[in-house]
Amino acid sequence: MERPAWAPRSIDISVPSVARIYDFYLGGSHNFEVDREAARRAMEFMPGLPKIMQANRAFMRRAVRHAVDQGITQFLDIGSGIPTFGNVHEVAQAASPGARVVYVDRDPVAVAHSQAVLDGNAHADVVAADLLKPQDILTSPQVERLLDLDRPVALLLVAILHFVEDADDPYGSVAQLSDALAPGSMLVLTHASYEGIPLPAERAGGAVDVYKDIRNPLIMRSRDEIARFFEGYDMVEPGLVPMPHWRPDTAPEDEDPYAFSGFAGVGRTA
Amino acid sequence: MSAEPDGPEDRLRRFATIWSRAVFPVTLTSLTRPEFEKQLLPLARRLSRALRARTFDAAEGRAVGAALVAAHCTDPDALSRTLDCVDAYLVLYCGEGGDQEGLRARSARLQHAMAAGFAQALRARTLAEQEAIAQAALRAQGVVAQALHASEARFRAVFEGAAIGIGIADLDGNVLEVNGALLRMFGGGEHNVRGRNVRDWTHADDSPHVWRLYEELVRGEREHYHVEKAFYRPDGTVLWTNLTVSLLRDADGNPQYQLALMEDTTERRLLNLRLRYEATHDALTGLPNRTLFFERLEKVLNAGPGHRFGLCYLDLDGFKTINDSLGHAAGDRLLVEVADRLQSCATAPGEMVARLGGDEFVALTTGPDTRREVDELASRIMNALVAPISIDGRELTVRGSIGIVEGPAGERSAAEVLRSADITMYRAKSAGGNRFELADAEADARAITRHGLTTALPTALDRGEFFIEYQPLVHLGDGSVRGAEALVRWLHPQHGVLGPDRFIPLAEHTGLIVPLGRWVLEQSVRQAKEWRERHAGTATAPLRINVNLSPCQLTHPGLVQDTVDILETAGVDPDALCLEVTESALIGADDDLLKPLRRLAEMGVDIALDDFGTGYSNLANLRRLPVSVLKLDRSFTQSMQQFPADPVDLKIVDGIVSLAHSLNLAVTVEGVETGAQAEQLRILGCDTAQGWYYARPGPPERLHELAMADTSG
Repeated sequence: MERPAWAPRSIDISVPSVARIYDFYLGGSHNFEVDREAARRAMEFMPGLPKIMQANRAFMRRAVRHAVDQGITQFLDIGSGIPTFGNVHEVAQAASPGARVVYVDRDPVAVAHSQAVLDGNAHADVVAADLLKPQDILTSPQVERLLDLDRPVALLLVAILHFVEDADDPYGSVAQLSDALAPGSMLVLTHASYEGIPLPAERAGGAVDVYKDIRNPLIMRSRDEIARFFEGYDMVEPGLVPMPHWRPDTAPEDEDPYAFSGFAGVGRTA
Repeated sequence: MSAEPDGPEDRLRRFATIWSRAVFPVTLTSLTRPEFEKQLLPLARRLSRALRARTFDAAEGRAVGAALVAAHCTDPDALSRTLDCVDAYLVLYCGEGGDQEGLRARSARLQHAMAAGFAQALRARTLAEQEAIAQAALRAQGVVAQALHASEARFRAVFEGAAIGIGIADLDGNVLEVNGALLRMFGGGEHNVRGRNVRDWTHADDSPHVWRLYEELVRGEREHYHVEKAFYRPDGTVLWTNLTVSLLRDADGNPQYQLALMEDTTERRLLNLRLRYEATHDALTGLPNRTLFFERLEKVLNAGPGHRFGLCYLDLDGFKTINDSLGHAAGDRLLVEVADRLQSCATAPGEMVARLGGDEFVALTTGPDTRREVDELASRIMNALVAPISIDGRELTVRGSIGIVEGPAGERSAAEVLRSADITMYRAKSAGGNRFELADAEADARAITRHGLTTALPTALDRGEFFIEYQPLVHLGDGSVRGAEALVRWLHPQHGVLGPDRFIPLAEHTGLIVPLGRWVLEQSVRQAKEWRERHAGTATAPLRINVNLSPCQLTHPGLVQDTVDILETAGVDPDALCLEVTESALIGADDDLLKPLRRLAEMGVDIALDDFGTGYSNLANLRRLPVSVLKLDRSFTQSMQQFPADPVDLKIVDGIVSLAHSLNLAVTVEGVETGAQAEQLRILGCDTAQGWYYARPGPPERLHELAMADTSG
């Protein structure tokens, strides 16, 4: 049957994807020219963007290890993107071989790539779903198969919430997810903010505009606004801080100045 | 592994530290620098060995270069910094004691090999990652396409299988796609619909806003609209739909298509019309029924000042007889024929004929000159009924009575107008039928009161609304009170005190006169007893009570027994009672009718002939009647109120009195209002009198007072 003229188009790889841009920042080649072009434009305003991403990855690594130290072996990583290296399952399974990881992304290309990477890993899988539809995530076969929601889970929302506008109620989605998790679960979160960026805000705003242009607006939130995501959680020391200050392995003063952009934190429910 | 200070191992480690410090800032690894340094240490060892190996092995250098890429040192700066570091420190830290010149050359060659290995690995990695992401994109597209195909297949199934009509058109109105249901609504045949333009589908019944909404939608100013809309089918018939049109926008929000959902409501509409028709029309004749007529009449009456209406209320004369003798089927056929004829009488605009039920029809006119028109309408109706109606081979002559109401709108309700017409029609009927009468307010009011009193009568007796007044009967000879006439009154809750002339005929008509008469008799006899007990021992003759008997009571079989029972119950002698019977009731009375009166007379009850002289009395007949008193009608004595009295009247009364006395009858006169009159009547020899001159009718106590005054005076 001929496709009706009004039917929607399929996915369009000529449109930049934040997941592939992220990969490019991290030195990967899982990206297309449109992605690189957008990334280069943003870097014209903020040359240190890759360092922010690297700091995110490093924080996530430390947070996952901390979670394993605290006895958590189940991970739900939403907005996982394209796993280039040092992914949650690698870190977690290195620390605790039986650790279980479910990745979630709404970018179909990222999901397809993750499926390829995770092929053969019995304890990790990926779900194509949207953070804004928590029930789709919680009731997915992957979550049901791999995660025991009666036991604590580390929920990772790393570098994702700043892509959700207030109108879409990111706080509500986080609360719904949190409500589904057993006591003792953790929320691991990083979020972009004008606070900490070693540049005037108007210059950083140029990079923000690039994301607006590619219809993935970047929502810069204040520290207080970011702290609200942790409602119902007890903050793990040292609280909500610039990424290099969160339980560092090495002296923070050695870090690149861009690494201090935005905030990171871990909360835990009683 | 412990390292002897400044031993080879220690020096190797120091080299690795320097190397990691140089490269770490340009890597994008998530490892910490010490961790990263641990990854470099084996590479440093390999370089150290290759430096000091007997023969140069380029493969070692390439392997180290490739390993850098594996450690995520993909930035070209990482290679540059690595080579700088190797060039400056490898021989220094790892070439101790060797041929410095040869080591330097070896280091240079190692660097070349590392660069080649790095480039080769980076290229391979880049290609592999590009391949991986392209594959992922392809797979993702496949998944999306598959999902899309599945959803499209489902959508197609819904589209094709839907019971409602679905159509898609572009913003210029060109129909692009329609489903089977929509085609069927339009009578099948794709060419009738597909490729046509939406704007061609105007219909005479389109309200103006239908197309205004359409224009707003295609301009993108409106997301959807919902209307009831008619379409012409290709065969010319009408398709009625509930139509919902929605605007479809593309991903950027620009208007792109219009989507129409339509539900065929043609049959429902027809059914509604039919139900409406059935609810408002008479099944037998097809004429509008009472409901529709009232709707129309109310509309006319609410039309406001300046409007008038004319209404004919027709009832067939003698229809019941036809129905009873020829059967209902014949009666129905007659009604159908009458309906057809009436219909042809009211064809002008604003005219309407309806059947209210049975043989009652109404015709309404609302034209500009209703006074003339309603008259003509009534005449047309009468004329239409003149020709006999043929039913089952019989020629039936049908006549009707018409009540006409004509007047301005806004003064009366529909029910009031119809009631007036009904009353007027009955007036026409009681005047002999086959005619029409015009309503007038006074006649209406009388009829309405009569109607109201008739319906209120039965409960009035139970509620004790009747009471009795007594008018004294005075002996003309000595002026003493001899008794009284009992006169019944009705204390009506709305109309106040009503005299017997207002309700006795109604009571006669309904038969209530029998219980009412019995009640009057009981009360009066009881009253007579009381008077007699009070008067016991006085010199005057015992007081007597006069009670009227209506013709209906006269023929009632229980008359004698009831009277006897009442007298006995009260313990009163029959001679205390005088029953008054009108002359007209006894005209032509046979023995059967007279027998009860005779029985009563034999018992000692006096019988008075009331209103004597008003009927065509056969004076000879008087002998035959069981009567002991003549009550002379007031018409004979009226002229005696003045002095001198009419000599003719004097002669007549004189003659009657002589005749009565010769027949041994006493004479009572009514309506005595003056002393002169009383004196004259006394001279003429009348025995007793009653009238305002003595006393008006009043409560029983007054009579007692009069009687006492009489005895004392």
